[in-house]
Amino acid sequence: MFNLQSWTSAIHAWMLGMMPEWAAILIECVVVALLIITLYAVFAIVLIYMERKVCAFFQCRLGPNRVGKWGLLQVFSDVFKMLQKEIINMRKSDMFLHDLAPFLVVTASMLTFACLPWNKGGHIIDFNVGLFFMVAVSSIGVVGILLAGLGSNSKYPMIGSMRAGAQLISYEISIGITMLTVVALSGTMQISEIVQQQADNGWNIVRGHVPAVIAFLIYLIAGNAECNRGPFDLPEGESELTAGYHTEYSGMHFGFFYLAEYLNLFIAAGIATTLFLGGWAPLHIAGLDGFNGVMDAIPGAVWFIGKTFFVIFLLMWERWTFPRLRIDHILSLEWKYLMPISLLNLLLMALVVVFGLGINV
Amino acid sequence: MDAYNIMFVILAVMIALSSFATVLAKSVLRAAAYLFFALLGVAGMYFLLGYTFLGSVQVMVYCGGIVVLYVFAILLTRGAKDKLSENTRTKIFASALLSLTGLGAFIYAIVKAKFLNSMFMTPGALTAPTEGSMISINNVGQHMLSTGENGYLLPFEAVSVLLLACIVAALVIARKR
Repeated sequence: MFNLQSWTSAIHAWMLGMMPEWAAILIECVVVALLIITLYAVFAIVLIYMERKVCAFFQCRLGPNRVGKWGLLQVFSDVFKMLQKEIINMRKSDMFLHDLAPFLVVTASMLTFACLPWNKGGHIIDFNVGLFFMVAVSSIGVVGILLAGLGSNSKYPMIGSMRAGAQLISYEISIGITMLTVVALSGTMQISEIVQQQADNGWNIVRGHVPAVIAFLIYLIAGNAECNRGPFDLPEGESELTAGYHTEYSGMHFGFFYLAEYLNLFIAAGIATTLFLGGWAPLHIAGLDGFNGVMDAIPGAVWFIGKTFFVIFLLMWERWTFPRLRIDHILSLEWKYLMPISLLNLLLMALVVVFGLGINV
Repeated sequence: MDAYNIMFVILAVMIALSSFATVLAKSVLRAAAYLFFALLGVAGMYFLLGYTFLGSVQVMVYCGGIVVLYVFAILLTRGAKDKLSENTRTKIFASALLSLTGLGAFIYAIVKAKFLNSMFMTPGALTAPTEGSMISINNVGQHMLSTGENGYLLPFEAVSVLLLACIVAALVIARKR
């Protein structure tokens, strides 16, 4: 398996030959940050195009097909339109909080984005509480959404942000418990370790059989709700709320919310890939050595992004198939069904681990 | 000054400034937002010390939990439009007494532990944590659930009883017919 660590340490050694250590680390940090931001923007554009095409496919339409070949330039023109728009300041709104909120939302999702395992040795933030850190920084986004609603000094954003906050806080619980299920299976919270184990012993969804499959399904439901996407897109979906917590935003400030929403979709799918579908680990079938050899030749980043886009397709399928729920139905779905099921599932996984019933491929 | 000390200064300035802003802000909502940055700075301090678990807990519980709770409380009351109450003489006296006591305790702790000596006599005493000094989450978990010398099982369970009492109380208040 190709290990990116050999490249990164070679670059680091080359940089150390030219400058002191702190300068080398500073330059590397800036370069990595720029890389992440670029990837962030590129994935957002790809996802918006994919969403439009997948949505059209599910609704028996064609989707964007006028701007460029197959409508490929549609998203770019939308981005340029967004960049040119004026940023309007509401009178009597709290300017500081109003302007701060989109940056908090984007920062939270970028920090979470940086935790994803791109390749073997290609982790950007990786330490022994990696998964916990990921959940922790993603919870900063809720503060941004609530401040957006309250700082705008308007009724629609306030109600929208309250709904979004209640929904995000509730669904974070089942996401946390399903993550704990995987942590119980792999015995570590370090993201690189979790993926390495899956590369060695088989993907978690196979290793943990029944409880892992249940956890994966719960994660798919809760992940969609955590991204504020349909059928859970109430904060911005109902006509009486206009656009929910970002009603009063215009131009790139609205663009940040939009960007963060799509990237949260990518992040939710990326976490599902990391936890259940093996991250960058290639597909191996025991006994077929030739097949495994061919699969090993494909780089880990391709595996990771490919699997992530597969999970994104599942999430979009979910979004465009089910009708929207009512707010009390959403909350009772979480508190009365998903959370008890995931708690029981955690117990089941603990039994599987204690009695050694997991499958090692 | 190496990178470690520069980060320390940046975080310290951030914590100090946002703490002042929290206290001095006129609107309750802004105070909550500044408090968020102060708590984030403290989390950064923990990461700087190499205690990643406590840093993550700080972000999760304080930045993502307590601040959200404050904002919700402001949202559900009329707090967003409320201004601070007028400063009465007793209020000024009580808060001055309280802050002077806190300052005294703080200075006593600094003098007692001879922090200043070690800071000024041997510059560069503040160094980055080594790989071995970092506390892994396995260690934290073992101590949390052990009954041995450094075990925390009893306080851990006592806290869970407290949480249960809170949930029951919330239900009693919310379901009053």
